[in-house]
Amino acid sequence: MTGPGDRSGEDAAIGATAPSGGFRKGAFGVSGTGDTSGFGGLVRVEPGGAVALHSTDRPYGGYFDEVTDALIEAVGQATYDAAVQRVLVDRGEITYFVAREHLLSLVQALRDDEALRFELCSSVSGADYLDSGGPAAGPDRPRLHVVYHLTSMTYRRRIRLEVAVTAEDPHVPSVASVYPTADWQERETWDMFGVVFDGHPALTRILMPDDWDGHPQRKDYPLGGVPVEYHDATIPPPDTRRSYR
Amino acid sequence: MSTTYNATDPYAGSRETTEGRVYTVTGGDWDQTLGTEAYGEERLVVNMGPQHPSTHGVLRLVLDLEGETVTKARVVIGYLHTGIEKNTEYRTWTQGTTFVTRMDYLSPLFNEAGYCLAVEKLLGIEAPQRAQTIRVLVMELNRIASHLVALATFGMEMGALTGMTNGFRERELVLDLLEEITGLRMNHAYIRPGGLAQDLPEGAVEHIREFLGAMPARVADFHKLLTGQPIWQARLKDAGYLDVTGCIALGVTGPVLRAAGLPWDLRKVEPYLGYETYDFEVPTADTCDAWGRYLVRMAEVNESLKIIEQALDRLEPGPVMVEDKKIAWPAQLSLGPDGMGNSLDHVRHIMGESMEALIHHFKLVTEGFRVPAGQVYVPIESPRGELGYHVVSDGGTRPFRVHVRDPSFVNLQATAAMSEGGMIADVIAAIASLDPVMGGCDR
Repeated sequence: MTGPGDRSGEDAAIGATAPSGGFRKGAFGVSGTGDTSGFGGLVRVEPGGAVALHSTDRPYGGYFDEVTDALIEAVGQATYDAAVQRVLVDRGEITYFVAREHLLSLVQALRDDEALRFELCSSVSGADYLDSGGPAAGPDRPRLHVVYHLTSMTYRRRIRLEVAVTAEDPHVPSVASVYPTADWQERETWDMFGVVFDGHPALTRILMPDDWDGHPQRKDYPLGGVPVEYHDATIPPPDTRRSYR
Repeated sequence: MSTTYNATDPYAGSRETTEGRVYTVTGGDWDQTLGTEAYGEERLVVNMGPQHPSTHGVLRLVLDLEGETVTKARVVIGYLHTGIEKNTEYRTWTQGTTFVTRMDYLSPLFNEAGYCLAVEKLLGIEAPQRAQTIRVLVMELNRIASHLVALATFGMEMGALTGMTNGFRERELVLDLLEEITGLRMNHAYIRPGGLAQDLPEGAVEHIREFLGAMPARVADFHKLLTGQPIWQARLKDAGYLDVTGCIALGVTGPVLRAAGLPWDLRKVEPYLGYETYDFEVPTADTCDAWGRYLVRMAEVNESLKIIEQALDRLEPGPVMVEDKKIAWPAQLSLGPDGMGNSLDHVRHIMGESMEALIHHFKLVTEGFRVPAGQVYVPIESPRGELGYHVVSDGGTRPFRVHVRDPSFVNLQATAAMSEGGMIADVIAAIASLDPVMGGCDR
């Protein structure tokens, strides 16, 4: 029965997998039918979802200001303004959101400048913020983020760089020439997210077989599970199970 | 017996039959098939693994050889990829512990601790003091077990089989303790977001003290068996050379970096879980080779024993899970007549006494708790180096993204730098000295 109060069609449009950002429905995190509490019509808007869209103002606190000042001195204010789109300090960690055109010159300065000395590239990985910005955001939203964790062994500091690209144009310059350790980690990010690292010496799959189709860590990658019978009950595949957000 | 070779095919003579042409593959000498001039530039590509007793797991090596010299070493991984990072995105935050513990199966408690520290940082909570001390305690026990396996497999791959049997025998002592404490020998899921699954059982402290008493003699036996042995020294010294510059460029951390002379240990330089209050040394070596890495691991076993002793001394009674009932797992496990399970007192409470407790239990177990949106990166010092957890939350009951910077994955990149130009036998020593665990590498 379909009536004005029935929102099951709307829920179905969102999909069996709950949206990973944008807004939240109901009071109990249930998607689809099943919320009989009367709070099912509640909609809470969360513009960024998993991505925090705001930025932090100076002073950042701790060593973050020293690092930022040294970085501005190393690359110049104009380049810094063009390269760093915004800065976010959250839970004692600093994230620089970097434009991909300037990534290489930035990491070169971060590694080599005497006042910065980020010698170690701890980690390169990706994250797919598929629904960031909510359903209203177009297909050209920069959903694929490449995340770099840099460590300064000299000053015992850590920072994070984040580069966001769209799925249609997933090109990011490779930092393997500056940090050789990024070689395999960029290959893994290509394998899992389909981010193309331009200038990488040999960008091939590393964890999945060479002839694999698709990039499994993307949020819209079909899991392809089948229902399993267990103790007289049928357990649906993980992505179609009832879940709570 | 003389062999005649077909002029067009040097390997197989052939004859016509009613069924078609039949080839007969025969043996022969290389000079008959290739001519003598081929000896000068003999380039051989050898595939080693992925199933090979000396490659430390399902690791595949493709080696270009000139005689016995390796000119090119390529590493192929991915044979143990199980999609654990993706799997955690379809489980609650608490269930994530049971997945990450299976990655680096020789140091499960480090995986759990790193993951839980990341979740706790996202939540903005801290585990109670007793839980933190027990975490340090079980992690250092785990470090000893992991280093003993590293030494055991090292011995096996170098042909010192007694080293292997001794290493696994000693490791069994640690596994018995971990089984007593957590219920399982491996894949414990003992460290949980907010604290621990359960407190130390009765008698555990005494058994750990007995272990602490017995272990120094066992380490001394290892030194007697291997350290002074000329063959062991000859196999390890100058094998797999990698200096500090090479280590940092390739991101290599852990005992390999410390054997190159840099005392970089996250327990000292970025302390977590109160490591700054423990008295221990960071062993280093300056040889940059497999020999130095062996000595560093042996010394680290002794340092871990010191930390365990201090942790036991400072154990105070108290809770092992945060007070917040919206995060803390509602039931403690207890030993019943049919093995480990939910405590009967708790079952009685929720089934017979309190409807609210039942609802609370049900909500927390099926739905889980929510973690405020954001991302953190938490590095800890695993037996193999920097184990980093990059965890992203979108504010829901399940992780949005869990990425593990596994030291085995990063360290294996150094294989080519350590092996090329050396002998093929040293490739084995180099990889064994990295001590990669493929479960962690491929995740």
